[in-house]
Amino acid sequence: MVILMNEDKIVCRCEDITLKELRDMIADGYTRLDEIKRALRLGMGPCQGDICLEIAAREICRMTDKKMEDIKMPSKRPPVAGIKMSELVGDNQNEK
Amino acid sequence: MKNKAEIVIIGGGVIGASIAYSLADKGMKDIVVLEKNYIASGSTGSCGAGIRQQWGTKMNCILSKKSMEIFENLNEILKVKRDIELKQGGYLLLAYSEKEFKQFKENIKLQNSIGIPSQLLTVKEAKEIVPQLNGEGIKGATYCPTDGHINPFRVNQAYVEAARRKSVQFYTYTSAQDIITQNNEIKSVVTDRGVIETNKVVNAAGGFSKEVSLMAGIDIPTKSERHQILVTEQVNPILKPMVMSFSYNIYCQQIPDGSFVMGYGDPDEQYSHNIKSSWQFLEEMAKKATYLLPFLKDIRVIRQWAGLYNITPDAQPILDASDELKGFFMAVGFSGHGFMIAPFTGVLMAEMILGEKLSMNIKLDLKRFEHDRLILEPSVV
Repeated sequence: MVILMNEDKIVCRCEDITLKELRDMIADGYTRLDEIKRALRLGMGPCQGDICLEIAAREICRMTDKKMEDIKMPSKRPPVAGIKMSELVGDNQNEK
Repeated sequence: MKNKAEIVIIGGGVIGASIAYSLADKGMKDIVVLEKNYIASGSTGSCGAGIRQQWGTKMNCILSKKSMEIFENLNEILKVKRDIELKQGGYLLLAYSEKEFKQFKENIKLQNSIGIPSQLLTVKEAKEIVPQLNGEGIKGATYCPTDGHINPFRVNQAYVEAARRKSVQFYTYTSAQDIITQNNEIKSVVTDRGVIETNKVVNAAGGFSKEVSLMAGIDIPTKSERHQILVTEQVNPILKPMVMSFSYNIYCQQIPDGSFVMGYGDPDEQYSHNIKSSWQFLEEMAKKATYLLPFLKDIRVIRQWAGLYNITPDAQPILDASDELKGFFMAVGFSGHGFMIAPFTGVLMAEMILGEKLSMNIKLDLKRFEHDRLILEPSVV
């Protein structure tokens, strides 16, 4: 398993969360992605955790002896990608 | 898992956690909290994160003011590791009819009389606070600068962590399945991980308050209803207060990270435990929000979710001890405003459970629904 060493590294690029912040949460007993997401905002940005949740899942496994298949991924919520409010109201003038 | 407890609190949301903390703080031992999922997985974690003191009944004004005083010092009181992200940007409440504005004038008098620093504003003054506001149809507004936003997950977790330090036992992913009684007394709580003997139970089950009460054989008039919310991408700070209107039916706030959180109550929503998101909500919400705050048109919605309001017939909570079953306490039916009064609710419930004199006079008993003593709060969403 790859062990990331530089703890200042950003793991969630939408919310600017560092590896250290993530590891502190896990060390404090937050060992489920749903809990970590809510406490840290990890995965709450525009990409909805496409990158960070995988990294966080790996860190949980490494720190708690869980297996990847035991890690429950948080719900993907709509919309799949960001939509401008103007598009939702059918006003596309700003889209040019 | 423990097989005996002084008290079992059902529900690990902000209400259950706040009660557990207050009880432990007053010296009670052997407190167990059951949470069927994870901390803040229910209504607390899906709420709009707004906190206001602008109410139309004295009781709600005091409950929310006392809670705000605790919120303002919560980082220190609970010795939190992670900041609760209090932002006091105020609440701007908009009136769309002379009748609504008249009610607001009454409310301001009441709020000021107990020291809430709210004020009546003309449309022009409201636009000084929110220059981008579409003033069309607005008759007037009120503003309370100390209202605002707090991160509900952080508050919930802070109460849990502080309570744990006082030896409260939280069992997450553990659901209450039955409450065993005999001769109007509680004997035990059956969970999916074993039985806990206890004589006291607190129902703090949020959207499932009715189901938990029925386990104890007590029927309560609470119903759950989905309320949806959306959040946008993060942008520079441009909107200071929460903008809210009862009659136009909207609330919208820019939270400290820069995203906008907004919602409205769908009058056609059916009572259920459904918390799925709908596209109809996205469309209607976008229409409402961009009419009121046109600059939102250029901002992207990135996520939506839903949670449950647990509603009583008068949209006020039930904070009570059962007359029928000794040791059964209820802190339920917050009707969409539980988070903002959770700190002081915890204190009051702890006093009630320990048989102390309550530090404020509340009439939030269950019997009010039978005797038609409903509380008429004019300023509720």
